[in-house]
Amino acid sequence: MRQRSIIAITAALAAGSLTLTACGSRDDDGGSSNGDKTTVVIGVDAPTTGDLSALGLGIKNSADLAAKTANKQEFVKGVEFKIEALDDQAQPSVGQQNAQKFISNKDVLGVVGPLNSSVSQQMQKPLNDAGLTQVSPANTGTELTQGDGWKTGNSVRQFKTFFRTATTDEIQGAFAADYLYNQAKIKKVYLIDDQKTYGAGLAASFKANFTKFGGQIVGTDHINPEDRDFNAVVAKIKKTGAQALYYGGEYPAAGPLSQQLKDSGQNIPLMGGDGIYSGEFPKLNKKAEGDLATSVGEPVEKLDSAQTFIKNYKAAGYEDDYEAYGGLTYDATWSIIEAVKLAVEGNDGKLPSDGRKAVLDAMAKVKFDGVTGAISFDEFGDTTNHTMTAYKIKDNAWVPEFSGEPKLG
Amino acid sequence: MNELPQQLANGLILGAMYGLIAIGYTMVYGIVQLINFAHGEIFMVGGFGALTVWLVLPEGFSLGAAVPLMIIGGVLVSVAVGTAAERFAYRPLRTAPRLAPLITAIGLSIVLQQAVWMWYPDAKKDQPFPQFHGGPIEILGANIQRGDLFVLIAAPLCMLALGLFVTKTRAGRGMQATAQDPDTAKLMGINTDRIIVMAFAIGAGFAAIAAVAYGLKNGQVGFQMGFLMGLKAFTAAVLGGIGNIYGAMLGGVVLGVAESLATGYIGDIPGMDLFGGGAWKDVWAFALLILVLLFRPQGLLGERVADRA
Repeated sequence: MRQRSIIAITAALAAGSLTLTACGSRDDDGGSSNGDKTTVVIGVDAPTTGDLSALGLGIKNSADLAAKTANKQEFVKGVEFKIEALDDQAQPSVGQQNAQKFISNKDVLGVVGPLNSSVSQQMQKPLNDAGLTQVSPANTGTELTQGDGWKTGNSVRQFKTFFRTATTDEIQGAFAADYLYNQAKIKKVYLIDDQKTYGAGLAASFKANFTKFGGQIVGTDHINPEDRDFNAVVAKIKKTGAQALYYGGEYPAAGPLSQQLKDSGQNIPLMGGDGIYSGEFPKLNKKAEGDLATSVGEPVEKLDSAQTFIKNYKAAGYEDDYEAYGGLTYDATWSIIEAVKLAVEGNDGKLPSDGRKAVLDAMAKVKFDGVTGAISFDEFGDTTNHTMTAYKIKDNAWVPEFSGEPKLG
Repeated sequence: MNELPQQLANGLILGAMYGLIAIGYTMVYGIVQLINFAHGEIFMVGGFGALTVWLVLPEGFSLGAAVPLMIIGGVLVSVAVGTAAERFAYRPLRTAPRLAPLITAIGLSIVLQQAVWMWYPDAKKDQPFPQFHGGPIEILGANIQRGDLFVLIAAPLCMLALGLFVTKTRAGRGMQATAQDPDTAKLMGINTDRIIVMAFAIGAGFAAIAAVAYGLKNGQVGFQMGFLMGLKAFTAAVLGGIGNIYGAMLGGVVLGVAESLATGYIGDIPGMDLFGGGAWKDVWAFALLILVLLFRPQGLLGERVADRA
């Protein structure tokens, strides 16, 4: 009996060490030569499972499309781009593990993602310590780039490796307030958020700007994003006489919230940010008609530069739609590709030995016409493109209402 | 405008749903002293079973006529999964230390979630569930949605049927006997294995009915919906006195009403505005649980040990 267990342990140890050596050797020659081409991996982190997966899969596919397009055009001579997509399940801790995985893979020269600001907060530091460039297509939390000081005008850049193609909540909240007060002529709003980094930040920014315009916040509440029954909250809104409900959060909870609001006999619109600007929202909400959302950039469908993207996306045959962040993800991925190109060109047509540093240095110089407009980054790593669009649900689909830059109060 | 009737109705509807799920926890615990943490997922697969029935029905089929079929479909799926779990996951561990089946239950719950996520078409995101058309019905100053009427009718009917079953039928009395003393029950000629399967099946069936109610109410089902609902239902079962079927329903209703009132009113108390609203309702619900357990460790109806089944 005892002998048998010794044999078992030995076998297990042997198997274990074999696996370890296998890993080791793969890492050694994973040094990235593919014939005469160098492989550059772009990491993608997004929730590809769970209730936000509609947005996450759109991000993954759009990044994939950008890499494929660059390969097809041989955009960077001698470099083959590859996507490594990891699922963060919209959980900060998983996002951090993914960041570690990207860091340990030497071929990863840039990371696209994540979707959630709360996940990003956990990824920024490890990526920054490793000097690995990160470009988020969707994080709108203002403090991610500018620190908590942005509220008082003392913005300080937080991480030199963090960039984004999405506009900040500061601008999004201001735009929503501007639209609601000056265009839709709504003066009394009830405010709800889901207590996540994104939702709470957006709600705070909306509140600050809406009251600055002269609007009135008639009540506030917070909900749990996992809940689907908001009848108790909705009953409270009734007595306040609100003309609209502004929700800082994402569509899985916003759908039932809006429907239960209207079921309770209150015919007022729900307005949210880009987190509810998803095709899933009207599917999960049978009374979505008239609801509003803001999203970053011009409507992808309207821009000439975007037509090619849509055509290629459809031609590539992805199962899932590109959703709200498709265009921004394509641009985020493309900005890394551009940075790689600059790095290669600055090194006599070869990838520098310290690829991560070269890419990071090149990011500040990146400037191109992307799917969502002209792309470049300011001193905080934020996009210089501040255009936003308000959408309204008509016949169960989002229809663009108005595009422009917000008046900052 | 007085919103109290509305808040009470909201709480009652939510609580009835908790209660239906809590039955499954309480029955299984009463008989095999196992906390079946996979029960929330059995609730979830019931929702997907019902949704599948709706999707295979021809376009234009009226929802009213479909609901009985959806219940049957949901119950079949839930009962199949529930009894299979008993047979293959819990029965082999019946004599093992208590911790083993408990961990198995947690593992099973992850397996079921991931299985639905992987194999049910498009279940990686929340799936729309059909809902009744038409506006709410006003009863005593509260607006009741048409979909919510379902749970208000189904829950008392289910409780009545279960009460009759446990006290009046041979199998039901066998269940009580097994709960009191499984070894003696076995000596008296009761097939305790069958009784245990039956307890799992009844719990699963009730969970499926709750899942149909959940779908009709919220207009969606998702693979993660079992976690939070299961947790709340387990709380309801403990609150009411675990092992007692009436306690489970009472615990559910108390929990639902407490959540609803906490959302509606605590924020209005001067100085408490930070602690009110939807975000804090779970805190108040669990505070209530702790209070009840401090003064009645056996739960609200927990003393009727002889009746537990």
